[in-house]
Amino acid sequence: MSSRGLRSRQSSGVSRIRDDQITDLVSKLQLLIPQLRRGRSHKVSASKVLQETCNYIRSLHREVEDLSHRLSELLASTDIDNDQAAIIRSLLM
Amino acid sequence: MNNPHHLNPTSLKSRFTTRFLRALTKIRAQKPISSSSPTEIFRRYRRIKVAADKSMAYSVRSRRIWSRAMLWKLRSRSYRRQDPCSGRRSGKTNQAIMKKSSNENTTTRREDGVGFVEEADELRQLVPGGETMNLCNLLDETAHYIKCLTTQVQLFSPIGKG
Repeated sequence: MSSRGLRSRQSSGVSRIRDDQITDLVSKLQLLIPQLRRGRSHKVSASKVLQETCNYIRSLHREVEDLSHRLSELLASTDIDNDQAAIIRSLLM
Repeated sequence: MNNPHHLNPTSLKSRFTTRFLRALTKIRAQKPISSSSPTEIFRRYRRIKVAADKSMAYSVRSRRIWSRAMLWKLRSRSYRRQDPCSGRRSGKTNQAIMKKSSNENTTTRREDGVGFVEEADELRQLVPGGETMNLCNLLDETAHYIKCLTTQVQLFSPIGKG
């Protein structure tokens, strides 16, 4: 029988569903990226969304590293002043 | 509990915070002779960073591909420190993760020429376990990973941002 025809009909149907799925997922991702949220909701290409996503993830990684450094330095001082003591106390409670 | 973070005892953020604080208490309890030397500051920074990642991964557990990949990486890291001959075990776990993630609608990466293959590959390097994910999984996992990363940043908020 025309199994090839059936397969191509099915595969085009499946790839249409997947395209919609991908578009949907990309727009969901767009909502999470601060760079892209301001105003221009529908004009951003998927490629731009992914690019900005990569930049955002890298900046989050850097932020956690910086904060870990700061915390390590905070914990270093043996005679910590009152402000730092309060901060550390609030962290550990 | 007047801690504003603990809005819901079972929420991701509160599980995350509890683990992280516990780890920090242990780190702080370690008092080396020169706790303010640059080497010691760096070592402690590494421990804090690992604690933050562990708290994140263990709060999500195996519910996500990225968290499974992260847990595997963290565990194989600690196995390697204790026992250098544990390569066998790590390999098996990695296979399990890859099998789980490529089960649902496996497609090759160049599937439909949508024009952002390079960006997707770049994203795969940044999301744990990304190399094994098809495009749909990658997008879905990335969204969750970003939410957890922003929660991770909030863990440090008592320190102040600048």
